[in-house]
Amino acid sequence: MNEYVVLSSILFTIGCVGVLTRRNAIVVFMCVELMLNACNLAFVAFARQHGNLDGQIAAFFVMVVAAAEVVIGLAIIMTIFRTRRSASVDDASLLKY
Amino acid sequence: MSIAFEEATVPVVDPSAADGVFSLLWLVIALPLAGAVVLLVGGALGRPGRLLDRWGHYLGVLAAVASFGLSVALFVSLLGRGEEERQIGQHLYTWFQVGGLDVGLDLLYDPLSALFLLLITGVGSLIHLYSVGYMEHDVRRRRFFGYLNLFVAAMLVLVLSANFLGLFLGWEGVGLASYLLIGFWQHKHSAAAASKKAFVINRVGDIGLSLAIALMFATFGTTDFAGISEVAGEASEATLTAIGLLLLLGACGKSAQVPLQAWLLDAMEGPTPVSALIHAATMVTAGVYLVVRANFIFELAPVAQTAVVVVGAVTLLWGAVIGCAKDDIKKALAGSTMSQIGYMMLAAGLGPVGYAFAIFHLLTHGFFKANMFLGAGSVMHGMNDDVDMRHYGALRTAMPVTFATFAMGYLAIIGFPGFSGFWSKDRIIETALADNLVAGLCALAGAGITAFYMTRLMLMTFFGEKRWERDVHPHESPAVMTVPLVALAALSVVGGVLVLGDWIVEWLLPVTGVGEHHEPPLPALAITAIIVAVVAVGVAAAFLLVGRRDVPREAPRNVSFVTRAARADVYGDAFNDTFVVRPAAELVRGLTTADRVGIDGVVEGGAATMGGLSGLLRRVQNGYVRSYALSLLGGVLLVVLALMAVNLA
Amino acid sequence: MAFWILAPLMVVAALGLLFVRKAVHAALLLAVVMISLAVLYAVLEAPFLFAVQIIVYTGAILMLFLFVLMLIGVDASDSVVETIRGQRAMAAVAGLVLGSVLVIGLAQISLGTVVGLDEANNGGNIEALANVLFSRYVFAFEATSALLITAAIGAMVLAHRERLEPKEGQAALAARRFQDYATSGKHPGPLPAPGVYARHNAVDTPALLPDGTASEASVSRVLAARGTVRSAPAMVDDITEVQRQLGVDAASTPETSGKAGATAHTEEEAR
Repeated sequence: MNEYVVLSSILFTIGCVGVLTRRNAIVVFMCVELMLNACNLAFVAFARQHGNLDGQIAAFFVMVVAAAEVVIGLAIIMTIFRTRRSASVDDASLLKY
Repeated sequence: MSIAFEEATVPVVDPSAADGVFSLLWLVIALPLAGAVVLLVGGALGRPGRLLDRWGHYLGVLAAVASFGLSVALFVSLLGRGEEERQIGQHLYTWFQVGGLDVGLDLLYDPLSALFLLLITGVGSLIHLYSVGYMEHDVRRRRFFGYLNLFVAAMLVLVLSANFLGLFLGWEGVGLASYLLIGFWQHKHSAAAASKKAFVINRVGDIGLSLAIALMFATFGTTDFAGISEVAGEASEATLTAIGLLLLLGACGKSAQVPLQAWLLDAMEGPTPVSALIHAATMVTAGVYLVVRANFIFELAPVAQTAVVVVGAVTLLWGAVIGCAKDDIKKALAGSTMSQIGYMMLAAGLGPVGYAFAIFHLLTHGFFKANMFLGAGSVMHGMNDDVDMRHYGALRTAMPVTFATFAMGYLAIIGFPGFSGFWSKDRIIETALADNLVAGLCALAGAGITAFYMTRLMLMTFFGEKRWERDVHPHESPAVMTVPLVALAALSVVGGVLVLGDWIVEWLLPVTGVGEHHEPPLPALAITAIIVAVVAVGVAAAFLLVGRRDVPREAPRNVSFVTRAARADVYGDAFNDTFVVRPAAELVRGLTTADRVGIDGVVEGGAATMGGLSGLLRRVQNGYVRSYALSLLGGVLLVVLALMAVNLA
Repeated sequence: MAFWILAPLMVVAALGLLFVRKAVHAALLLAVVMISLAVLYAVLEAPFLFAVQIIVYTGAILMLFLFVLMLIGVDASDSVVETIRGQRAMAAVAGLVLGSVLVIGLAQISLGTVVGLDEANNGGNIEALANVLFSRYVFAFEATSALLITAAIGAMVLAHRERLEPKEGQAALAARRFQDYATSGKHPGPLPAPGVYARHNAVDTPALLPDGTASEASVSRVLAARGTVRSAPAMVDDITEVQRQLGVDAASTPETSGKAGATAHTEEEAR
């Protein structure tokens, strides 16, 4: 069962680094989704490990919340793009010192 | 100086309730106060205000005269009472109650207040009447009469109050009214400065009075005259001395005694009726009143009493010397006032034997000084408001009434036998000589100098050659101004009757108490003869030095040191400047510098340091979401590593 | 077996997510990871999540990503230059540390024997999930429903563009046109149609004004910007050729009278 968890952590780490390095807001969002999916994998794996369905339920809820989050996040990206003509997260950097 | 008071009786103030005509006591104050309110507030009423502008001054006169009439009625009623029943109290309402302090707006009408009432309202009414003529062409006449009424009302509160707080209320009211009146011609810079100076110097004295009141409350638990006079003997002498000295400080401020005398000469910037009111009826007499009223304190504090005598003697000579050198007729008279008030303070400092004579001189001085100030005003009126005596001369024919009345005042002040001033001054010098030789000799010398400078004033103004400016046509003042002059002149002449048969001494006995009487070193008649001789010398000197020569129109430059000092008010202002104003200014400058460099430096330096550090630190907030995410990940890593380290350890 | 095939594929695809320049490619790589995950769910005895993963994630969410990409432009790719100094290196270091810590840490522990879901899934995975979901997790379920509604409304609010002023009517438009004509002399009517020639659809050829000059306003600005506007003089030969073919005398026809001056002018010069 270890291998699933290791895979999950590798995917999570890759998602992390993607969030930190990519500048296109949509790609950053994809990396966030990758991290969520990595977590889901761990949940499902542990559900099987322990022999009950709570992990699967947790993964299900994560999916629901992720769906809501994507909807809102993409709407925000749309709004920003509409006003600033850019989808780069670095361009929205006015809130600073 | 040591005055033995072991056998002296300190009278206790124990008023009986007001009834009959005495229940109208409050009206004496209320009438001029109402006049002031109507005249001052009424101006804002539009049409009625314009009516007041035209007729209001008669309302002011009416208020003062009505108050005088009531005072006379009260006085007559008081005369009809037995000696024991001559203290009447009237409780108007409770002013405030704080803890143990219960201050009522109480009035006390006793022989002392009665005399003051007559003086204030009587002379005040005459001055009001005179002002009708004097201020005829002033556009702000309504306001002037409002201030005059306010002045009189405040002074009446001062002398009628039955406790020190009420007295303080009147005291401050007098200060306010004098400020307003001295600076009445506020468009003149000198008038504005003079009123400010009077106000500030009076504040110094007021601090003394307020501290004395606070100390009395702390010691006796009350501020009532009755309450304090009852238990005054129980306090320690040190406390009583402190109270007495603080009261003296207050009296010095209000009565222009050394060292707080500097404001009086500048106060001449006000209109002349104001000067008369300040010098004769109100204001400066308040200090003497305070000392006499607080006799129950002073009689138990010999050191404070001695201080009063010293202040009186010094001021007496100080003012007289100033009076000798001034060419400004009003300033010469102002110096004379200082000197005469010095006589009163000296007498008041002598204890029960002197109180009655202090008040007696106060009354006679009120008559003849008001007379002379109004006379000086009449002269100025005829000379296009010129005050320089070197531009006068030979006015006796041009202004016969003014000259005649002024001469009565002159004879009274120098102590010409038979005139009022002769009686009062004679008794003071006599008592002083009996009590203390130094003080008596000072008073004697003062009498001589007074004779000199008053004769000089007379000669320069009414005799000699015409030294008038061009386009000046001296003329007699209208009747509305000369009638008060005549009345005051008559009073100056006959004021001495009060002392016949020691009436005034007997009259004031319930207030002043009986003191130990010292025998004078010489028989009374001999002393009188000496005084008259000294006065004659003074007059003769003036005739020789002033009357026999031509008076130059410009003041001579190369004069003796004494004259220079006298012209500079015996360096009173210079002293204040050097030892008070400039050090204070330097101190303030130093403090501002210390504040700016030291305190502000620390505060601003700290702020700047923090600001600089924050400026460096805020660079972390670069606005890039990814940068923040990296810090977040760094934190996560730290937590994970810490957890692992803990688990593995 | 499926794991060992899919795991390297997923890691490679995920790494590709870090390095591809075009967002569309990233979306496709993410689809690879998600479908692989769905397969792994099936392997892990979670048939319901397998279906949900395919339908919701790959089907709905990724499509949404692609739609948004389409809206904001498919070629909005990252530039290679990093704007924040040290960000990439720091991110790489942090990622390596995190990954190695997780992997090493997980490698150190043993999870014991696998219980398996045979018992739990007895009677069907979906029924078992529903049992748990509508009993123990019913409050969480209701909360997520509220969350979804909120998200839906939020998305609508965010995507909605507020009209700030009232819509301009025909009368107002006409008034404005003539106002412009009065102040700046701008032509109030419609722009002239481009020149139409038989051999050509001719939207790239300017119309000729009565004096024979070309009207630039008759050609689309886009064509002008591309530089593909043909000028009327360029057609002269064609016209002559056509006339020749038709057998008409060139000199006698009115059309050719203006050809000598039929050079391209700017609109201002024409006016």
